[in-house]
Amino acid sequence: MKFRKSLLAAAALVFGLATVSAQAADTIRVGLVVKSLGNGFFEAARDGAMEAAKEVGNAEVIYTGPTSTTAEGQIESINSLMAQHVDAIAVSANDPDALAPILKRAMQRGIKVISWDSGVAQDARIVHLNPSNNELIGKTCVKLAADVVGDGGGDIAILSATPTSTNQNIWIEEMKKALPDYSGLKLVDTVYGDDLADKSYRETVALLKKYPDLKAIVAPTSVGIVAAAQAVEDQNMVGKVFVTGLGLPSELAGHVEKGSVKSFAIWNPIDLGYSAMMISYKLATGAEGGPNSRIEAGRMGTISFDENGDGAMSEPFVYDASNVEKFAKIF
Amino acid sequence: MNRQTLQQTAPHTTQHQTGNQRFLPDNLNGAWRNRLLRWETLLLVFVALAFFANTQLSPYFLDPWSLSDATFNFTEKAIIALPMALLIIARDIDLSVASTIALSSVAMGAANSAGIDPAGMVAIGAGVGLLAGLFNGYIITRFDIPAIVVTIGTMSLYRGIAYIVLGDGVYRDYPQGFAFFGQGYVYGVISFEFTLFLLLAVIFAVILHKTIFGRRVFAIGNNPTAALFSGINVKRHRMVLFTLVGLFSGIAAILLTSRIGSTRPSIAMGWELEVITMVVLGGVSIMGGAGSIAGVFIAVFLMGLVTFGMGLLNVPGIVMSIFTGILLIAVIGTPIIWRRVVQAQKMRSKMRGG
Repeated sequence: MKFRKSLLAAAALVFGLATVSAQAADTIRVGLVVKSLGNGFFEAARDGAMEAAKEVGNAEVIYTGPTSTTAEGQIESINSLMAQHVDAIAVSANDPDALAPILKRAMQRGIKVISWDSGVAQDARIVHLNPSNNELIGKTCVKLAADVVGDGGGDIAILSATPTSTNQNIWIEEMKKALPDYSGLKLVDTVYGDDLADKSYRETVALLKKYPDLKAIVAPTSVGIVAAAQAVEDQNMVGKVFVTGLGLPSELAGHVEKGSVKSFAIWNPIDLGYSAMMISYKLATGAEGGPNSRIEAGRMGTISFDENGDGAMSEPFVYDASNVEKFAKIF
Repeated sequence: MNRQTLQQTAPHTTQHQTGNQRFLPDNLNGAWRNRLLRWETLLLVFVALAFFANTQLSPYFLDPWSLSDATFNFTEKAIIALPMALLIIARDIDLSVASTIALSSVAMGAANSAGIDPAGMVAIGAGVGLLAGLFNGYIITRFDIPAIVVTIGTMSLYRGIAYIVLGDGVYRDYPQGFAFFGQGYVYGVISFEFTLFLLLAVIFAVILHKTIFGRRVFAIGNNPTAALFSGINVKRHRMVLFTLVGLFSGIAAILLTSRIGSTRPSIAMGWELEVITMVVLGGVSIMGGAGSIAGVFIAVFLMGLVTFGMGLLNVPGIVMSIFTGILLIAVIGTPIIWRRVVQAQKMRSKMRGG
């Protein structure tokens, strides 16, 4: 093996590196690493990133990620991006700590690294782009629950993704902080559907059986909210239990029509992918990033990053029967 | 039990006997040896094809650092595949290896929080793995329960314990001295992990193919009852094998935890099947009794090359899984189909002759 390695090293010096540098000079290539492939939210983000790439002209998006939401799978994706000598990596992390060593290594090799949507440890990226403000998301989720439960108050439960999902855990914390503002609401349980449709469905059915007085289920995950709405419909609980949280209009339009979902919130993933791509491009072409910096992100305006290098794109937007059909056509 | 008795249980091997020199095959079915040779050749052909395809398809493939980075994707799994090969040859299986990693990693995280130094953490990581393997082996041999049933149970049990201890929490802030195992380099681009794997592969090849213990593993896999009647302490050998697999899962846990610098209970999720795929792709018979470390060694590189090559081309993960599945069936199916064809031809010529 050693012999083969040294042979390869020699071969690489002869022609490998030459072709690499020749290709890298033309376009700015950005690896957009998502939590898992086949997720509507991330596909919408990819479309946004491609829109940004088209706008700047000399940029290319490499959309990649693992098949299941594991940190080890993302490390493999990042490894192959590093091997391709991309100019920047924008990652939505499955684990903030496990990705840190590999991202630090990428930065050592001159690759600009940012995290978006779900962040990584501060020293493993230049900036982190939050889709919104965590506090506002938590407040919005609780407010949506309070709206459907009504003035009488009642029991609510949370259906989350995996117990290790960075952003879901932060939002749940923020929801718990916002709960005292609504005296009638009582959080009875938090369950985890692992962002798998079948497990989320089973967990919801279990919740409905376990808490007969349940009034609302808050699912801050696009996979969970659909499964929960389906479960409520299948159990004939429409009108008695309402599902709310964060989800995609295209996946929820049918459930809004059937009545299991009255309203829900989401930022615009197209905008998020667009902003992540813009920021990556700006950093790769010489813009200064980091704590207390400001980066201009095309049509999304200038995004400010605080002393930790965290920035917020915009506030979450509430969807209901009045506008869901219109947005369902977009994402 | 000595070589003499094994000879007596396998009378047809005595034809190889010349004077005091006694030839002992790796199993009691002589024809397998030729088949194995062909298997490894086939794998090597596939490796060469994958290597050539990669050089043609991606300008980034022949970069020493890229190749070095790529080895991290499979080294930990490959280290477990070595003892797993022995275990499968002995007609057993262990599905709890990934969960053992989780348990072992959590133990190391807890040890780190308690202020134990890296040397102590390594001992604890390996020790927990060893105990997990010993527990598997004890339950399986003491109560005579099929290994697949027990290890499916401990797969949930070990990860369950990891979840109870850690929940949605995380262990991090591992000391700088601990980072070497998963992130350090021995020489140039050659990582510590990879060097360890190469060294262990040689050791396991010697154990399986050059020692009495190795012969007995083959004997047990070929026919446990015959092995027992020829005086092999089958239970103890099986227990040793399960303990070995546990120990190396612990070692893999040390490397992985050090590489990603953190522990969550979901660590190494789904790795058990990838490890077993490496072993089976390496030509180890899932029915036991046949296989070689060389085959597993080549299979590790084949899988590594194929997945890394597809990664360079940004092939989506699901397509990679499909491709790995096809590769597995192709590599395993080809010799079987080939043999059928040859046999059918022989039969036909015999019929014609008669």
